Amino acid sequence: MTDSSLVASHRIAAAKNGQWRPLPVISNAALRWGLNAAVLVYLVLVYFSVDINWARVAQGMDRGLAFMASFFTPDFITRGGEIAVGLRESLTMTFVATVLGIALAIPVGLGAAKNIAPVPVYYFCRAIIALSRTFQEIIIAILFVAMFGFGPLAGVMTLAFATVGFMAKLLAEDIEDAQRDPMEAVRATGAGWWQWINYAVQPQVMPRLIGLSLYRLDINFRESAIIGIVGAGGIGATLNTSINRYDYDTSAAVLLVIIGIVLCSEYLSGYVRKWTA
Amino acid sequence: MPLTMNNKTPHWRRREPLTQRLIWLAYFLAVLVFLLCWKVVSDNTIWEFLTDAHIQAASLIGRMVPPQWSITGSLLLPLWDTINIATVGTALGVMIAFPLAFLAARNTSPHPTLRAVALAVIVSSRSINALIWAILLVTIVGPGLLAGMIAIALRSIGFVGKLLYEAIEEIHVTPVEAVTSTGAGRMQILNYAVLPQIMPAFAGITVYRWDINIRESTVLGLVGAGGIGLQMNAAINNLAWAQVSMVFVLIFATVILSEWVSAKVRHAVI
Repeated sequence: MTDSSLVASHRIAAAKNGQWRPLPVISNAALRWGLNAAVLVYLVLVYFSVDINWARVAQGMDRGLAFMASFFTPDFITRGGEIAVGLRESLTMTFVATVLGIALAIPVGLGAAKNIAPVPVYYFCRAIIALSRTFQEIIIAILFVAMFGFGPLAGVMTLAFATVGFMAKLLAEDIEDAQRDPMEAVRATGAGWWQWINYAVQPQVMPRLIGLSLYRLDINFRESAIIGIVGAGGIGATLNTSINRYDYDTSAAVLLVIIGIVLCSEYLSGYVRKWTA
Repeated sequence: MPLTMNNKTPHWRRREPLTQRLIWLAYFLAVLVFLLCWKVVSDNTIWEFLTDAHIQAASLIGRMVPPQWSITGSLLLPLWDTINIATVGTALGVMIAFPLAFLAARNTSPHPTLRAVALAVIVSSRSINALIWAILLVTIVGPGLLAGMIAIALRSIGFVGKLLYEAIEEIHVTPVEAVTSTGAGRMQILNYAVLPQIMPAFAGITVYRWDINIRESTVLGLVGAGGIGLQMNAAINNLAWAQVSMVFVLIFATVILSEWVSAKVRHAVI
Protein backbone atom coordinates (compact mmCIF):
# COMPACT_ATOMS: atom_id res chain seq x y z
CA MET A 1 0.00 0.00 0.00
CA THR A 2 1.25 3.48 -0.81
CA ASP A 3 1.62 6.16 1.84
CA SER A 4 -1.34 8.24 0.70
CA SER A 5 -3.77 5.33 0.49
CA LEU A 6 -2.63 4.20 3.97
CA VAL A 7 -3.40 7.68 5.30
CA ALA A 8 -6.75 7.61 3.47
CA SER A 9 -7.79 4.26 4.97
CA HIS A 10 -6.81 5.49 8.46
CA ARG A 11 -8.88 8.60 7.93
CA ILE A 12 -11.87 6.58 6.73
CA ALA A 13 -11.61 4.28 9.77
CA ALA A 14 -11.46 7.32 12.08
CA ALA A 15 -14.42 8.90 10.32
CA LYS A 16 -16.49 5.73 10.86
CA ASN A 17 -15.87 6.18 14.60
CA GLY A 18 -17.15 9.74 14.33
CA GLN A 19 -13.67 11.27 14.49
CA TRP A 20 -13.39 12.89 11.08
CA ARG A 21 -10.97 15.79 10.75
CA PRO A 22 -10.25 17.97 7.73
CA LEU A 23 -7.02 17.37 5.81
CA PRO A 24 -4.06 19.52 6.89
CA VAL A 25 -3.18 22.39 4.54
CA ILE A 26 0.40 21.11 4.08
CA SER A 27 0.27 17.37 3.48
CA ASN A 28 3.97 16.68 4.21
CA ALA A 29 4.16 16.25 8.02
CA ALA A 30 7.90 17.04 8.28
CA LEU A 31 7.49 20.24 6.30
CA ARG A 32 4.43 21.18 8.37
CA TRP A 33 6.17 20.79 11.73
CA GLY A 34 9.38 22.30 10.36
CA LEU A 35 7.50 25.44 9.33
CA ASN A 36 5.80 25.66 12.73
CA ALA A 37 9.17 25.36 14.49
CA ALA A 38 10.73 27.95 12.18
CA VAL A 39 7.92 30.42 12.96
CA LEU A 40 8.43 29.85 16.69
CA VAL A 41 12.20 30.38 16.47
CA TYR A 42 11.64 33.51 14.38
CA LEU A 43 9.19 34.96 16.93
CA VAL A 44 11.71 34.40 19.73
CA LEU A 45 14.44 36.11 17.68
CA VAL A 46 12.15 39.05 16.92
CA TYR A 47 11.14 39.33 20.57
CA PHE A 48 14.78 39.82 21.52
CA SER A 49 15.56 42.33 18.75
CA VAL A 50 12.60 44.62 19.48
CA ASP A 51 12.94 46.46 22.72
CA ILE A 52 9.73 48.18 23.65
CA ASN A 53 9.80 51.05 26.07
CA TRP A 54 6.52 50.35 27.84
CA ALA A 55 6.80 53.49 30.00
CA ARG A 56 6.96 55.59 26.82
CA VAL A 57 4.03 53.69 25.31
CA ALA A 58 1.92 54.27 28.43
CA GLN A 59 2.86 57.94 28.34
CA GLY A 60 1.78 58.26 24.72
CA MET A 61 -1.56 56.54 25.21
CA ASP A 62 -3.51 59.68 26.14
CA ARG A 63 -2.01 61.33 23.08
CA GLY A 64 -3.31 58.41 21.02
CA LEU A 65 -6.74 58.77 22.57
CA ALA A 66 -6.67 62.52 21.89
CA PHE A 67 -5.89 61.77 18.26
CA MET A 68 -8.75 59.31 17.93
CA ALA A 69 -11.11 61.75 19.64
CA SER A 70 -10.12 64.46 17.17
CA PHE A 71 -11.69 62.40 14.35
CA PHE A 72 -15.03 63.36 15.90
CA THR A 73 -14.05 67.04 16.09
CA PRO A 74 -12.09 67.64 12.85
CA ASP A 75 -11.12 71.26 12.27
CA PHE A 76 -11.42 72.19 8.60
CA ILE A 77 -11.51 75.95 9.26
CA THR A 78 -8.44 77.16 11.17
CA ARG A 79 -5.95 75.90 8.58
CA GLY A 80 -8.54 75.85 5.80
CA GLY A 81 -6.35 77.92 3.49
CA GLU A 82 -3.36 75.59 3.80
CA ILE A 83 -5.54 72.51 3.34
CA ALA A 84 -7.15 73.95 0.19
CA VAL A 85 -3.79 74.93 -1.34
CA GLY A 86 -2.21 71.56 -0.48
CA LEU A 87 -5.19 69.69 -1.84
CA ARG A 88 -5.23 71.61 -5.11
CA GLU A 89 -1.52 70.93 -5.53
CA SER A 90 -1.97 67.22 -4.72
CA LEU A 91 -4.84 66.80 -7.17
CA THR A 92 -3.12 68.61 -10.05
CA MET A 93 0.16 66.79 -9.41
CA THR A 94 -1.69 63.48 -9.39
CA PHE A 95 -3.42 64.10 -12.71
CA VAL A 96 -0.36 65.44 -14.55
CA ALA A 97 1.86 62.64 -13.22
CA THR A 98 -0.64 59.91 -14.08
CA VAL A 99 -1.06 61.15 -17.66
CA LEU A 100 2.70 61.52 -18.20
CA GLY A 101 3.40 58.19 -16.52
CA ILE A 102 0.89 56.29 -18.66
CA ALA A 103 2.14 57.97 -21.84
CA LEU A 104 5.65 56.75 -21.00
CA ALA A 105 4.46 53.36 -19.73
CA ILE A 106 2.79 52.36 -23.00
CA PRO A 107 6.01 52.15 -25.08
CA VAL A 108 7.87 50.54 -22.16
CA GLY A 109 5.03 48.05 -21.68
CA LEU A 110 5.05 47.15 -25.40
CA GLY A 111 8.80 46.65 -25.20
CA ALA A 112 8.52 44.47 -22.10
CA ALA A 113 6.02 42.03 -23.63
CA LYS A 114 7.88 38.90 -24.65
CA ASN A 115 5.56 38.02 -27.52
CA ILE A 116 5.98 41.26 -29.47
CA ALA A 117 9.37 42.74 -28.54
CA PRO A 118 12.84 41.68 -29.72
CA VAL A 119 15.07 40.26 -26.97
CA PRO A 120 17.42 43.24 -26.32
CA VAL A 121 14.47 45.65 -26.13
CA TYR A 122 12.70 43.20 -23.80
CA TYR A 123 15.58 43.14 -21.31
CA PHE A 124 16.07 46.91 -21.48
CA CYS A 125 12.39 47.59 -20.73
CA ARG A 126 12.28 44.96 -17.96
CA ALA A 127 15.30 46.69 -16.34
CA ILE A 128 13.43 50.03 -16.37
CA ILE A 129 10.42 48.34 -14.74
CA ALA A 130 12.52 46.66 -12.02
CA LEU A 131 14.27 49.94 -11.18
CA SER A 132 11.04 51.89 -10.97
CA ARG A 133 9.21 49.28 -8.91
CA THR A 134 11.91 48.55 -6.35
CA PHE A 135 12.22 51.95 -4.76
CA GLN A 136 9.50 53.44 -2.64
CA GLU A 137 8.14 56.75 -3.95
CA ILE A 138 9.69 58.63 -1.02
CA ILE A 139 13.21 57.56 -1.99
CA ILE A 140 12.70 58.70 -5.57
CA ALA A 141 11.21 61.95 -4.28
CA ILE A 142 14.31 62.63 -2.15
CA LEU A 143 16.54 62.25 -5.22
CA PHE A 144 14.31 64.38 -7.45
CA VAL A 145 14.04 67.11 -4.80
CA ALA A 146 17.84 67.14 -4.61
CA MET A 147 18.02 67.51 -8.40
CA PHE A 148 15.09 69.79 -9.27
CA GLY A 149 14.58 71.69 -6.02
CA PHE A 150 11.53 71.85 -3.76
CA GLY A 151 8.07 72.04 -5.24
CA PRO A 152 5.43 70.12 -7.13
CA LEU A 153 7.62 69.47 -10.20
CA ALA A 154 9.76 67.02 -8.21
CA GLY A 155 6.52 65.39 -7.04
CA VAL A 156 5.21 65.07 -10.59
CA MET A 157 8.47 63.46 -11.72
CA THR A 158 8.38 61.05 -8.78
CA LEU A 159 4.82 59.92 -9.33
CA ALA A 160 5.32 59.66 -13.10
CA PHE A 161 8.43 57.53 -12.58
CA ALA A 162 6.61 55.19 -10.21
CA THR A 163 3.62 55.01 -12.58
CA VAL A 164 5.84 53.86 -15.46
CA GLY A 165 7.01 50.74 -13.61
CA PHE A 166 3.57 49.82 -12.31
CA MET A 167 1.62 50.34 -15.54
CA ALA A 168 4.29 48.95 -17.87
CA LYS A 169 4.58 45.71 -15.88
CA LEU A 170 0.84 45.07 -15.80
CA LEU A 171 0.40 46.15 -19.44
CA ALA A 172 3.20 43.83 -20.55
CA GLU A 173 1.64 40.91 -18.67
CA ASP A 174 -1.72 41.67 -20.27
CA ILE A 175 -0.19 41.76 -23.76
CA GLU A 176 1.59 38.47 -23.08
CA ASP A 177 -1.76 36.93 -22.10
CA ALA A 178 -3.55 38.30 -25.17
CA GLN A 179 -5.08 35.85 -27.64
CA ARG A 180 -2.85 34.92 -30.55
CA ASP A 181 -5.61 34.30 -33.10
CA PRO A 182 -6.54 37.95 -33.78
CA MET A 183 -2.85 38.85 -33.91
CA GLU A 184 -2.16 36.22 -36.54
CA ALA A 185 -5.31 37.11 -38.46
CA VAL A 186 -4.37 40.79 -38.69
CA ARG A 187 -0.78 39.93 -39.57
CA ALA A 188 -2.04 37.60 -42.33
CA THR A 189 -3.80 40.54 -44.03
CA GLY A 190 -0.38 42.10 -44.62
CA ALA A 191 -0.80 44.80 -41.95
CA GLY A 192 2.24 46.83 -40.93
CA TRP A 193 3.56 46.88 -37.35
CA TRP A 194 1.52 49.92 -36.28
CA GLN A 195 -1.66 48.53 -37.82
CA TRP A 196 -0.96 45.22 -36.14
CA ILE A 197 -0.64 46.87 -32.70
CA ASN A 198 -3.61 49.14 -33.31
CA TYR A 199 -6.08 46.51 -34.58
CA ALA A 200 -4.95 43.24 -32.99
CA VAL A 201 -3.29 44.09 -29.66
CA GLN A 202 -4.84 47.37 -28.50
CA PRO A 203 -8.52 46.27 -28.52
CA GLN A 204 -7.60 43.28 -26.36
CA VAL A 205 -5.79 45.26 -23.65
CA MET A 206 -7.76 48.53 -23.67
CA PRO A 207 -10.45 47.74 -21.03
CA ARG A 208 -7.84 46.55 -18.57
CA LEU A 209 -5.57 49.52 -19.37
CA ILE A 210 -8.39 51.96 -18.57
CA GLY A 211 -9.19 50.16 -15.32
CA LEU A 212 -5.55 50.15 -14.27
CA SER A 213 -5.12 53.82 -15.17
CA LEU A 214 -7.97 54.75 -12.84
CA TYR A 215 -6.51 52.54 -10.12
CA ARG A 216 -3.11 54.19 -10.55
CA LEU A 217 -4.75 57.64 -10.39
CA ASP A 218 -6.11 56.59 -7.02
CA ILE A 219 -2.70 55.27 -5.85
CA ASN A 220 -0.93 58.42 -7.06
CA PHE A 221 -3.31 60.60 -5.08
CA ARG A 222 -2.60 58.60 -1.93
CA GLU A 223 1.15 58.77 -2.58
CA SER A 224 0.96 62.51 -3.26
CA ALA A 225 -0.14 62.85 0.36
CA ILE A 226 3.23 61.59 1.59
CA ILE A 227 5.88 62.88 -0.80
CA GLY A 228 5.20 66.37 0.56
CA ILE A 229 7.00 65.23 3.71
CA VAL A 230 10.34 65.42 1.87
CA GLY A 231 9.43 68.66 0.08
CA ALA A 232 7.94 67.42 -3.17
CA GLY A 233 4.70 69.41 -2.92
CA GLY A 234 1.13 68.45 -2.15
CA ILE A 235 -0.95 68.01 0.97
CA GLY A 236 1.69 65.90 2.77
CA ALA A 237 3.53 68.99 3.99
CA THR A 238 0.35 70.37 5.61
CA LEU A 239 -0.37 67.01 7.23
CA ASN A 240 3.18 66.55 8.50
CA THR A 241 3.27 70.04 10.00
CA SER A 242 -0.05 69.58 11.76
CA ILE A 243 1.02 66.25 13.29
CA ASN A 244 4.33 67.68 14.46
CA ARG A 245 2.48 70.55 16.13
CA TYR A 246 0.14 68.05 17.83
CA ASP A 247 -2.65 69.93 16.05
CA TYR A 248 -4.63 66.69 15.73
CA ASP A 249 -7.93 68.37 14.79
CA THR A 250 -6.34 69.67 11.59
CA SER A 251 -4.60 66.33 10.92
CA ALA A 252 -7.92 64.55 11.30
CA ALA A 253 -9.49 67.01 8.85
CA VAL A 254 -6.75 66.36 6.27
CA LEU A 255 -7.04 62.59 6.71
CA LEU A 256 -10.82 62.73 6.38
CA VAL A 257 -10.46 64.72 3.16
CA ILE A 258 -8.03 62.11 1.80
CA ILE A 259 -10.35 59.23 2.79
CA GLY A 260 -13.30 61.01 1.19
CA ILE A 261 -11.49 61.56 -2.10
CA VAL A 262 -10.24 57.96 -2.22
CA LEU A 263 -13.79 56.76 -1.57
CA CYS A 264 -15.18 58.95 -4.38
CA SER A 265 -12.53 57.79 -6.84
CA GLU A 266 -13.28 54.17 -5.94
CA TYR A 267 -16.97 54.60 -6.76
CA LEU A 268 -16.12 56.50 -9.93
CA SER A 269 -13.64 53.89 -11.15
CA GLY A 270 -16.15 51.10 -10.49
CA TYR A 271 -18.64 52.98 -12.65
CA VAL A 272 -16.17 53.67 -15.48
CA ARG A 273 -14.96 50.07 -15.47
CA LYS A 274 -18.51 48.77 -15.87
CA TRP A 275 -19.00 51.23 -18.71
CA THR A 276 -15.81 50.37 -20.68
CA ALA A 277 -15.73 46.62 -20.13
CA MET B 1 -21.12 47.98 -39.23
CA PRO B 2 -18.97 51.07 -39.71
CA LEU B 3 -18.69 50.38 -43.42
CA THR B 4 -19.08 53.25 -45.90
CA MET B 5 -19.09 53.26 -49.69
CA ASN B 6 -16.48 55.60 -51.08
CA ASN B 7 -16.69 55.88 -54.91
CA LYS B 8 -18.17 52.39 -55.01
CA THR B 9 -15.27 50.87 -53.07
CA PRO B 10 -16.19 49.74 -49.54
CA HIS B 11 -14.25 51.52 -46.84
CA TRP B 12 -14.01 49.92 -43.41
CA ARG B 13 -13.42 51.77 -40.13
CA ARG B 14 -13.08 50.34 -36.66
CA ARG B 15 -15.91 52.33 -35.11
CA GLU B 16 -19.15 54.09 -35.97
CA PRO B 17 -18.47 57.76 -36.83
CA LEU B 18 -20.42 59.02 -33.79
CA THR B 19 -18.57 56.73 -31.34
CA GLN B 20 -15.28 57.81 -32.85
CA ARG B 21 -16.17 61.50 -32.40
CA LEU B 22 -17.20 60.95 -28.80
CA ILE B 23 -13.88 59.23 -28.09
CA TRP B 24 -12.02 62.15 -29.67
CA LEU B 25 -14.05 64.56 -27.55
CA ALA B 26 -13.09 62.62 -24.40
CA TYR B 27 -9.41 62.79 -25.38
CA PHE B 28 -9.76 66.51 -26.09
CA LEU B 29 -11.28 67.14 -22.65
CA ALA B 30 -8.54 65.08 -21.00
CA VAL B 31 -5.86 67.15 -22.74
CA LEU B 32 -7.63 70.33 -21.61
CA VAL B 33 -7.71 69.19 -17.97
CA PHE B 34 -4.08 68.09 -18.26
CA LEU B 35 -3.01 71.55 -19.48
CA LEU B 36 -4.96 73.28 -16.68
CA CYS B 37 -3.35 71.02 -14.07
CA TRP B 38 0.04 71.51 -15.65
CA LYS B 39 -0.40 75.27 -15.33
CA VAL B 40 -1.01 74.95 -11.57
CA VAL B 41 2.10 72.78 -11.20
CA SER B 42 4.14 75.11 -13.36
CA ASP B 43 3.02 78.22 -11.44
CA ASN B 44 4.20 76.65 -8.18
CA THR B 45 7.55 75.56 -9.57
CA ILE B 46 10.66 77.69 -9.34
CA TRP B 47 11.98 77.14 -12.85
CA GLU B 48 15.30 78.82 -12.05
CA PHE B 49 16.20 75.68 -10.08
CA LEU B 50 15.97 73.68 -13.28
CA THR B 51 18.58 75.60 -15.24
CA ASP B 52 21.32 73.72 -13.44
CA ALA B 53 19.38 70.47 -12.87
CA HIS B 54 21.63 68.46 -15.17
CA ILE B 55 24.72 69.68 -13.28
CA GLN B 56 23.04 68.83 -9.96
CA ALA B 57 22.07 65.40 -11.25
CA ALA B 58 25.56 64.69 -12.58
CA SER B 59 27.22 65.77 -9.35
CA LEU B 60 24.73 63.76 -7.26
CA ILE B 61 25.38 60.61 -9.28
CA GLY B 62 29.11 61.33 -9.21
CA ARG B 63 29.04 61.42 -5.41
CA MET B 64 26.90 58.26 -5.22
CA VAL B 65 29.21 56.11 -7.38
CA PRO B 66 30.90 53.99 -6.18
CA PRO B 67 28.79 53.03 -3.13
CA GLN B 68 30.69 52.86 0.15
CA TRP B 69 30.88 49.05 0.41
CA SER B 70 32.74 49.18 3.75
CA ILE B 71 29.61 50.14 5.73
CA THR B 72 27.71 47.01 4.67
CA GLY B 73 28.41 45.31 8.01
CA SER B 74 26.87 48.10 10.04
CA LEU B 75 23.77 48.05 7.80
CA LEU B 76 22.89 44.39 8.28
CA LEU B 77 21.29 44.81 11.71
CA PRO B 78 19.02 47.68 10.53
CA LEU B 79 18.13 45.56 7.50
CA TRP B 80 17.11 42.70 9.82
CA ASP B 81 14.97 45.23 11.74
CA THR B 82 13.33 46.34 8.49
CA ILE B 83 12.47 42.75 7.56
CA ASN B 84 11.05 42.24 11.06
CA ILE B 85 8.90 45.36 10.79
CA ALA B 86 7.46 44.06 7.53
CA THR B 87 6.94 40.49 8.73
CA VAL B 88 5.50 41.17 12.18
CA GLY B 89 3.48 44.09 10.80
CA THR B 90 1.99 41.86 8.11
CA ALA B 91 1.18 39.16 10.69
CA LEU B 92 -0.58 41.64 13.00
CA GLY B 93 -2.47 43.22 10.11
CA VAL B 94 -3.60 39.85 8.78
CA MET B 95 -4.84 38.78 12.22
CA ILE B 96 -7.15 41.81 12.34
CA ALA B 97 -8.07 41.72 8.65
CA PHE B 98 -9.14 38.07 8.71
CA PRO B 99 -12.23 38.42 10.97
CA LEU B 100 -12.92 41.85 9.48
CA ALA B 101 -13.20 40.36 5.98
CA PHE B 102 -15.93 37.97 7.17
CA LEU B 103 -17.83 40.91 8.64
CA ALA B 104 -17.43 42.87 5.39
CA ALA B 105 -18.38 40.13 2.91
CA ARG B 106 -22.01 40.32 1.85
CA ASN B 107 -22.60 36.57 2.16
CA THR B 108 -21.03 36.03 5.60
CA SER B 109 -21.73 39.34 7.35
CA PRO B 110 -23.98 38.89 10.41
CA HIS B 111 -25.63 42.31 10.10
CA PRO B 112 -25.73 45.17 7.51
CA THR B 113 -24.65 47.72 10.14
CA LEU B 114 -21.60 45.64 11.04
CA ARG B 115 -20.85 45.32 7.33
CA ALA B 116 -20.91 49.11 6.88
CA VAL B 117 -18.59 49.58 9.86
CA ALA B 118 -16.16 46.94 8.57
CA LEU B 119 -16.14 48.52 5.10
CA ALA B 120 -15.47 51.95 6.62
CA VAL B 121 -12.51 50.56 8.58
CA ILE B 122 -11.15 48.92 5.43
CA VAL B 123 -11.43 52.10 3.34
CA SER B 124 -9.85 54.29 6.04
CA SER B 125 -6.95 51.91 6.43
CA ARG B 126 -6.42 51.69 2.68
CA SER B 127 -6.55 55.43 2.11
CA ILE B 128 -3.77 56.30 4.52
CA ASN B 129 -0.21 55.43 3.67
CA ALA B 130 1.97 53.48 6.11
CA LEU B 131 4.29 56.48 6.38
CA ILE B 132 1.47 58.70 7.68
CA TRP B 133 0.49 56.03 10.20
CA ALA B 134 4.16 55.92 11.20
CA ILE B 135 4.37 59.69 11.76
CA LEU B 136 1.32 59.47 14.01
CA LEU B 137 2.52 56.41 15.87
CA VAL B 138 5.97 57.85 16.49
CA THR B 139 4.30 60.73 18.35
CA ILE B 140 2.12 58.25 20.26
CA VAL B 141 4.30 55.23 21.15
CA GLY B 142 7.67 56.87 20.61
CA PRO B 143 10.30 56.24 17.94
CA GLY B 144 11.38 52.66 17.26
CA LEU B 145 10.42 49.35 15.72
CA LEU B 146 7.07 49.12 17.51
CA ALA B 147 5.73 52.24 15.77
CA GLY B 148 6.86 50.81 12.42
CA MET B 149 5.23 47.44 13.03
CA ILE B 150 1.90 48.96 14.05
CA ALA B 151 2.01 51.36 11.07
CA ILE B 152 2.56 48.49 8.64
CA ALA B 153 -0.19 46.49 10.37
CA LEU B 154 -2.70 49.35 10.16
CA ARG B 155 -2.04 49.84 6.45
CA SER B 156 -2.21 46.09 5.74
CA ILE B 157 -5.66 45.67 7.35
CA GLY B 158 -7.38 47.51 4.51
CA PHE B 159 -5.46 45.85 1.70
CA VAL B 160 -5.80 42.27 2.98
CA GLY B 161 -9.35 42.90 4.20
CA LYS B 162 -10.52 44.21 0.82
CA LEU B 163 -9.01 41.44 -1.30
CA LEU B 164 -10.12 38.77 1.17
CA TYR B 165 -13.74 39.91 1.42
CA GLU B 166 -13.91 40.00 -2.38
CA ALA B 167 -12.61 36.41 -2.39
CA ILE B 168 -15.25 35.42 0.19
CA GLU B 169 -18.01 36.97 -1.92
CA GLU B 170 -16.87 34.91 -4.93
CA ILE B 171 -17.03 31.45 -3.30
CA HIS B 172 -19.20 28.64 -4.70
CA VAL B 173 -22.49 28.26 -2.84
CA THR B 174 -22.74 24.48 -3.40
CA PRO B 175 -20.42 23.43 -0.52
CA VAL B 176 -22.08 26.00 1.74
CA GLU B 177 -25.51 24.52 1.01
CA ALA B 178 -24.22 20.96 1.42
CA VAL B 179 -22.74 21.71 4.85
CA THR B 180 -25.83 23.72 5.87
CA SER B 181 -28.09 20.78 4.95
CA THR B 182 -26.23 18.56 7.47
CA GLY B 183 -27.52 20.85 10.21
CA ALA B 184 -24.19 22.58 10.82
CA GLY B 185 -24.09 25.75 12.92
CA ARG B 186 -22.88 29.14 11.70
CA MET B 187 -19.25 28.65 12.73
CA GLN B 188 -19.21 25.11 11.33
CA ILE B 189 -20.40 26.40 7.97
CA LEU B 190 -17.64 28.99 7.93
CA ASN B 191 -15.05 26.45 9.03
CA TYR B 192 -15.92 23.58 6.68
CA ALA B 193 -17.54 25.25 3.66
CA VAL B 194 -16.12 28.77 3.36
CA LEU B 195 -12.63 28.53 4.81
CA PRO B 196 -11.27 25.76 2.55
CA GLN B 197 -12.38 27.74 -0.51
CA ILE B 198 -10.60 30.96 0.43
CA MET B 199 -7.42 29.55 2.02
CA PRO B 200 -5.30 29.60 -1.20
CA ALA B 201 -6.39 33.18 -1.95
CA PHE B 202 -5.70 34.14 1.66
CA ALA B 203 -2.16 32.74 1.57
CA GLY B 204 -1.50 34.44 -1.77
CA ILE B 205 -2.80 37.83 -0.58
CA THR B 206 -0.77 37.63 2.65
CA VAL B 207 2.49 36.90 0.87
CA TYR B 208 1.77 39.58 -1.72
CA ARG B 209 1.20 42.15 1.03
CA TRP B 210 4.35 41.01 2.82
CA ASP B 211 6.30 41.68 -0.35
CA ILE B 212 4.81 45.21 -0.60
CA ASN B 213 5.46 45.78 3.11
CA ILE B 214 9.17 45.00 2.74
CA ARG B 215 9.32 47.86 0.24
CA GLU B 216 7.28 50.22 2.45
CA SER B 217 9.20 49.45 5.63
CA THR B 218 12.49 50.55 4.05
CA VAL B 219 11.39 54.19 4.29
CA LEU B 220 9.66 54.18 7.69
CA GLY B 221 12.97 55.10 9.32
CA LEU B 222 12.75 58.54 7.68
CA VAL B 223 10.14 59.50 10.28
CA GLY B 224 11.83 57.61 13.13
CA ALA B 225 9.99 54.30 12.95
CA GLY B 226 13.10 52.12 12.85
CA GLY B 227 14.86 49.98 10.27
CA ILE B 228 17.29 50.80 7.49
CA GLY B 229 15.48 54.07 6.77
CA LEU B 230 17.09 55.54 9.91
CA GLN B 231 20.56 54.95 8.44
CA MET B 232 19.39 56.31 5.09
CA ASN B 233 18.03 59.44 6.74
CA ALA B 234 21.24 59.99 8.70
CA ALA B 235 23.35 59.55 5.55
CA ILE B 236 21.14 61.99 3.60
CA ASN B 237 21.33 64.58 6.37
CA ASN B 238 25.14 64.24 6.35
CA LEU B 239 25.09 64.52 2.53
CA ALA B 240 27.07 61.26 2.53
CA TRP B 241 25.70 60.16 -0.84
CA ALA B 242 28.09 57.20 -1.18
CA GLN B 243 26.51 55.75 1.98
CA VAL B 244 23.03 56.54 0.67
CA SER B 245 23.74 54.61 -2.52
CA MET B 246 25.03 51.68 -0.43
CA VAL B 247 21.68 51.64 1.39
CA PHE B 248 19.95 51.70 -2.02
CA VAL B 249 21.96 48.68 -3.18
CA LEU B 250 20.91 46.72 -0.08
CA ILE B 251 17.26 47.76 -0.46
CA PHE B 252 17.33 46.77 -4.13
CA ALA B 253 18.73 43.32 -3.30
CA THR B 254 16.22 42.75 -0.47
CA VAL B 255 13.23 43.81 -2.54
CA ILE B 256 14.25 41.63 -5.50
CA LEU B 257 14.69 38.68 -3.13
CA SER B 258 11.34 39.22 -1.40
CA GLU B 259 9.61 39.54 -4.77
CA TRP B 260 11.14 36.24 -5.84
CA VAL B 261 10.03 34.52 -2.60
CA SER B 262 6.53 35.94 -2.91
CA ALA B 263 6.21 34.83 -6.55
CA LYS B 264 7.41 31.29 -5.62
CA VAL B 265 4.95 30.97 -2.74
CA ARG B 266 2.05 32.31 -4.81
CA HIS B 267 2.81 29.80 -7.57
CA ALA B 268 2.91 27.01 -4.97
CA VAL B 269 -0.45 27.81 -3.35
CA ILE B 270 -2.55 28.86 -6.35
